Amino acid sequence: MSDLARPPAGSALHRFASPARFLRLAGSLQPWLAGGTLLCLGVGLYLALFGSPADYQQGETVRIMYVHVPAAWMALFVYLCIALASASLLVWRHPLAGLVAKASAPLGAAFTFLALATGSLWGKPMWGTWWEWDGRMTSVLILFFLYLGLIALTNAFESPERGQRASAVLALVGVVNLPIIKFSVDWWNTLHQPASVMRLDGPTIDPSMLWPLLIMAAGFTFYYLWVMLLRVRGELVEARLRALQRLETEGR
Amino acid sequence: MVSRAREQGPPQAGPSVTTALSALVRRDLRLALRQRGDLLTAVLFFLLTAALFPFGIGPEPNLLLRIAPGILWVTALLAVLLSLERLFLADGEDGSLDLLLVSPLPLELAVLGKVLVHWLSSGLPILLSTPLAALLYGLPAEALPVLLLALALGTPTLSLLGATAAALTLGARRGGVLLPLLTMPLYVPVVIFGVAAVDASLAGLSARPHLLLLAALLAAALPVAALAGAAALRQAAE
Amino acid sequence: MEDGCAPGDPGALVAEGIACRRAERLLFRGLDFRLEPGGLLLLGGPNGSGKSSLLRLLAGLLRPAAGRLLYAGEPVAAEPAAYRARLQFVGHQEAIKPVLSGRENLGFWCRLRGLAGGAAGAAALDAALAHFALDEIADEPARLYSSGQRRRLALARLLAAPAPLWLLDEPSVGLDSRSVAALVSAIGRHRAGGGAVVLATHVDLGLGEAQRLDLAEHAPDAPALAEWQW
Repeated sequence: MSDLARPPAGSALHRFASPARFLRLAGSLQPWLAGGTLLCLGVGLYLALFGSPADYQQGETVRIMYVHVPAAWMALFVYLCIALASASLLVWRHPLAGLVAKASAPLGAAFTFLALATGSLWGKPMWGTWWEWDGRMTSVLILFFLYLGLIALTNAFESPERGQRASAVLALVGVVNLPIIKFSVDWWNTLHQPASVMRLDGPTIDPSMLWPLLIMAAGFTFYYLWVMLLRVRGELVEARLRALQRLETEGR
Repeated sequence: MVSRAREQGPPQAGPSVTTALSALVRRDLRLALRQRGDLLTAVLFFLLTAALFPFGIGPEPNLLLRIAPGILWVTALLAVLLSLERLFLADGEDGSLDLLLVSPLPLELAVLGKVLVHWLSSGLPILLSTPLAALLYGLPAEALPVLLLALALGTPTLSLLGATAAALTLGARRGGVLLPLLTMPLYVPVVIFGVAAVDASLAGLSARPHLLLLAALLAAALPVAALAGAAALRQAAE
Repeated sequence: MEDGCAPGDPGALVAEGIACRRAERLLFRGLDFRLEPGGLLLLGGPNGSGKSSLLRLLAGLLRPAAGRLLYAGEPVAAEPAAYRARLQFVGHQEAIKPVLSGRENLGFWCRLRGLAGGAAGAAALDAALAHFALDEIADEPARLYSSGQRRRLALARLLAAPAPLWLLDEPSVGLDSRSVAALVSAIGRHRAGGGAVVLATHVDLGLGEAQRLDLAEHAPDAPALAEWQW
């Protein structure tokens, strides 16, 4: 049932070499990513809170947008990363891809939760309610459940490998479904409440607001890459530890 | 995995594949019929839950009619979900799954065969008992055919996507909690279009676009469930 | 057997440098063997050395971590469905549905392998049941079977749906001496007809001349264990 046509000697070597190389590479990237995160979030937050004007309609609440919109972008971006990692895990069986997907899922869920929470905080003064069944918010909520499913499935098995591969299949099924879910929810939304809801991020945006938004988005991306690599390194070290424990118990 | 199925090339189609697939479907049907308790679970759950809602909401006919499409769809969904967990469980536990994987029958077809039996033993009985449940909510006779058609198009999709989730959670700890969590996001479009179809016909509008969308979802779910379900079962046997 | 569902030409089963990893652990590596038609390969080794895993690997249920498998000169990976059609696997579990009768269970597994029903199919089924002395209880529900009877029903698959390659995991567990004799004679006839057998066992069944493979000799040494975990 499987392709055994892999180069027999090369695959062993490849498996061995790549985590070590990865650890070195990730280690040298770490300070840059950490620096980028702190710099971008620092500058971005200053511009968002002090350096940009209040909105003529929304007032000071518009500043929530500088966290909400990048978080929502990241929610989708991280899912895309998970889907790509999942595809490479299933097709090329690269063990690193499984670890990347596993490390990314809780981060994506956190970004999604941040988008939901800030959306809700923004909704209270604007809509007068903590939760509005708005099309976008509803789609993000479903995305959040998808993330929870991925996390739960990854951790539901004795063998970490099986959990990673099962959730890789789920991630790919989710990718096919996301556009359908988005379409159906938007459609359901317009059906039930005719466009009374104002969009949080309008199509036109002033440069004085766009720059802090983009800098914040860059900061979020750096943060994701930084913590994701950290988590992958942790997983690798844990796997190494398990291997050493096995060596110990087997008395060889 | 997904790509590997393609690499295998066309399965040696022909009499032996048909024989094998019909043998699988017939055996699973026979198992379902001999374990009648399982067969009744889904229908009973559907009817009992549907009958319970008016107690929570009050017997006001207009209100009941207003929420009937949503209630009937969600209870049908939960009833399907209830029977999904066992879909591959017995085969996984008694070693039948191994023999299924070792047999020349392409696993993708085997998954579709098992989904067919699951639908026949859960979706179809729900569909047949729907007129009874619709009666409880005073659904007008004109809307009933649309509801039945929507369920006929939608419940197979629920079985297909649910089968993928059931295959993925095979052998998992807490499999029973996982299943609703995994299926819920995937089921949202089916419920939306299924309810919209009935709502449209209650409002005197054409339900055709919604029914076509439900048919499109079913058509999309067929290959997704076959490929993903087979991939998941291979993983479960490893 | 009937035409069209012939078990196919027997060929040599060749393993080249096979390694197997289960749950992050390397079980064995550098495994080579060549099993000709009519041959018997006995797998030995202590518990946990990977006998069952090797059989599952040969059945296509597991992927080798390294190396490749050839059947009749063709890589198994190129035509997995054709390879599966040529093998019968009897594992630890009997795959018996308790609410079906023995005959129904057996008939299902034969038809799943593409064997048509009809008179010829029924005759093959009866012969297989009779060989393992199950003919008298064949129509009882399988939930009434004892563990030895369940084992015999699983073994009857080998005769009811013939295939040139048999993969047997501890087939004699729970069998009385008469049933072991039936198994030994079935294996003898299978080999005489050009069939090959890979068999994992701890007991000497008296199966005649055989190749032996001790998996303990292929267990990874300490540095390899540490290396491979990555």
